Amino acid sequence: MSPETYAEISNLVIPTATVIYAIAMMSHALEWAMGRSVEVTAKSEVLVASSSGGDVEVPAAGTSVADRSGRMEAASRIGLLLTWLGFLLHLAGVVTRGLAAGRVPWGNMYEFSITASLAVAIVYLVFVHRYKLQWLGLGVTLVVAAVLGLATLALYTPAGPLVPALHSYWLVIHVAAAAISGGAFTIGGLVSILYLVKARAEKRVLDGGTMSASLKRLPSAEAMDGTAYKVLAFAFPLWTFGVLVAGPIWAEYAWGRYWGWDPKEVWSLVTWVVYAAYLHARATAGWRGRRAATIAIVGWFVFIFNFVGVNLLVSGLHSYAGV
Amino acid sequence: MTDVKERVETPTPPELPKLGLLGWLRWTWRQLTSMKTALVLLFLLALGAVPGSLIPQTGIDPVKVADFFEAHPKLGPFYDKLGMFDVYKSPWFSAIYLLLFISLIGCVVPRLQVYLKALRARPPKPPRNLNRLPGYQSFEPAAEDDVLELAARELRRRRFRVELYDGAVAAERGYLREAGNLLFHFSLILALVGAAWGALFGYRGTVLVVVGNGFSNSVAQYDDFSPGRAFTPDDLPPFALTVKGFTAKFQMDGPQRGAATEFNAPITYQETPDSPERSYDLRVNHPLKVDGTSVHLLGHGYAPRVTVRDGKGEVAFSGPVPFLPQDGNFSSFGVIKAPDARPEQLGFEGYFLPTAVIDERGPISVFPDAANPVLAMTGYYGRPAVETGKPQSVYQLDKNKLTQFGDGKGDKLRFQLAPGQNYTLPDGRGSITFDSYDRWVKLQISHTPGLNLALVGISLAILGLMGSLFIHPRRTWVRVRTQDGRTVVEVAGLDRGPERGLGDEIQAIADALKPELKPDLKPAEQPEKPKQEQP
Repeated sequence: MSPETYAEISNLVIPTATVIYAIAMMSHALEWAMGRSVEVTAKSEVLVASSSGGDVEVPAAGTSVADRSGRMEAASRIGLLLTWLGFLLHLAGVVTRGLAAGRVPWGNMYEFSITASLAVAIVYLVFVHRYKLQWLGLGVTLVVAAVLGLATLALYTPAGPLVPALHSYWLVIHVAAAAISGGAFTIGGLVSILYLVKARAEKRVLDGGTMSASLKRLPSAEAMDGTAYKVLAFAFPLWTFGVLVAGPIWAEYAWGRYWGWDPKEVWSLVTWVVYAAYLHARATAGWRGRRAATIAIVGWFVFIFNFVGVNLLVSGLHSYAGV
Repeated sequence: MTDVKERVETPTPPELPKLGLLGWLRWTWRQLTSMKTALVLLFLLALGAVPGSLIPQTGIDPVKVADFFEAHPKLGPFYDKLGMFDVYKSPWFSAIYLLLFISLIGCVVPRLQVYLKALRARPPKPPRNLNRLPGYQSFEPAAEDDVLELAARELRRRRFRVELYDGAVAAERGYLREAGNLLFHFSLILALVGAAWGALFGYRGTVLVVVGNGFSNSVAQYDDFSPGRAFTPDDLPPFALTVKGFTAKFQMDGPQRGAATEFNAPITYQETPDSPERSYDLRVNHPLKVDGTSVHLLGHGYAPRVTVRDGKGEVAFSGPVPFLPQDGNFSSFGVIKAPDARPEQLGFEGYFLPTAVIDERGPISVFPDAANPVLAMTGYYGRPAVETGKPQSVYQLDKNKLTQFGDGKGDKLRFQLAPGQNYTLPDGRGSITFDSYDRWVKLQISHTPGLNLALVGISLAILGLMGSLFIHPRRTWVRVRTQDGRTVVEVAGLDRGPERGLGDEIQAIADALKPELKPDLKPAEQPEKPKQEQP
């Protein structure tokens, strides 16, 4: 097939994947919405649910609740299934984009967006069964669909060759490491947000309040804290390698200085420092839990700013193909 | 870094009144090296790095700094006082990272001692209530004697360090976690030392060389030169190079038309004045390394070759003049100075347009390659300048005492020249000829000692980091005790950090101890999950 055909396939498949992710998101949204009205009061039930790691516990309140729980489960499964479908199309879109351009598909912002969001989907789908992350479906599909939609509508650049500065195999290593760790940062950030929600709900229950069934379906706050840590512990060394080893080596080749305080470098370092602080916070009394989760969320925002804001607002050496 | 928990538990308030100087110093040291301080310093570092990415920096783009001063006459000097234009060299930023550095050393050095001691320590005795631990199994064995022996063997197989106590086996695994942690922090120090070394003894400079010309490595030859504080000019290796040519390829069609796809500057160089001449293709991502020094191709542009004749018909200036590209299509701005023109000196400024198109907005360039080169200029004349010795920018015309030529219709004079064309200035003040054009390349010459040290440091740091993140210390105990006349074997474990299959391993250990002892009992004696029974 010719590059033009590949480009056409990619341009067809990426928006399709976006739509499917969006439908998956709606399915997950439905799952959450159905659980809103079902409230759980008994304290013991929360504890049972937490120790079982997110499995669906059918409250003994009545059959209607059990029905509803079954439907929530179905919505969650449909969501995951659609996410897989979206992912396969997404993957095909990224691969054909690479074939169309005759190089790795992350040479400009559009390509980085579709690849980085693919990384989010990969990290999610890799961990979804291992850590029982089904409850993260809404957040992941929301982020991936939003990034893909934005990329298609606002950042689209037709496939073409690279500017000379990008002619290096370090492009493959540096950007791939950044994209994958970025995917993991996103998952870590989403888990941390849900952690804060769940931790608050658990506290409310301890004070005699209630918890909606959608929140009850989430694992215990403690387990979520552990999940966030695992994902971020995976991402941090990779990010360190990507921006503090691969990046500087390439910068030394391309620009003759391995560190030059270019805005992108600064924000990569800021991201690194924030996640370093996260890891330290978890080892420090009084910073564990809520504060650590807040740091993880801040780190995610910093990463997103580095990826979007720095390219659009600040000019620097990391500007290619218009953005 | 130092775990703050232990520190917090040691009560100091009663001693406060008689702390004394030494006490205060100790207190300050403890505060500085505590994890909370390290956290705060980390946040300050992150926060402090931000303004440098948003406000133009002298070290990166001095022209933008000057623009900022012009645009914000009040804010500019204020920012300047705060060091905002040179954030990464400012005293406050230095203070943050120096404090962090001290905090780092103060944390890891004592921790190293603790670790070395811990390495020799025996796995601790089992706590009294094993069933309160997160991982717990208990069962009744057939014969008492073999269990501990079997447990020790099983635990060793699982790479635990095993210690036998009376009636119990204690085991610990994951000692390398702390080793990784320490390696990470010490390597980080190594990397920072490497970076500091490079900043002190290194140098970086750029020079613009018109194709056909040469460069020899001495400070005077640089257009701009930023040495480290400990740099001496003797550190410059005495190499020389000549730029033989320059080719650029551009995208001819498609949406990214005009985007460069390839640059190449063939050069010849000599390592020392006596060494043989070698050739090299200087490209982006393909720097030349001479004697530890790197030569990079940073940019390129056009240098129109002009001849200026003065009112007397004498050649007042002749040669290539580098023009600086202003946009992606290389509309290049430049000035041509003929201060020696008589009776009046002459000066020109304007644009070199590699592919010129003239529309209602005036002449513009529509492609970066030189398909239709045009020189679009305006001219000035004035009394011969007094030689002041004050350095002047070659890219700016001091129009203070100069008068712009008019076109005779009340407008300013503008003229366009194609290569080979000549323009005669009004009132017999002379002429200018656009002979041809050359290309120039911007070269960066840099030397960063300590580079390998920094690289080794950061690579080891990652290795240590992975050790500290992916090795999970676990303590396990197996105890045999008598309860209500029955013998009970208890297997229990404890993890540091988040739960990682502790229950599975405790179960597996218990299973390994069970079958050989009482195989017939195993299905009936299903393991209870003590975790759920906890209040």
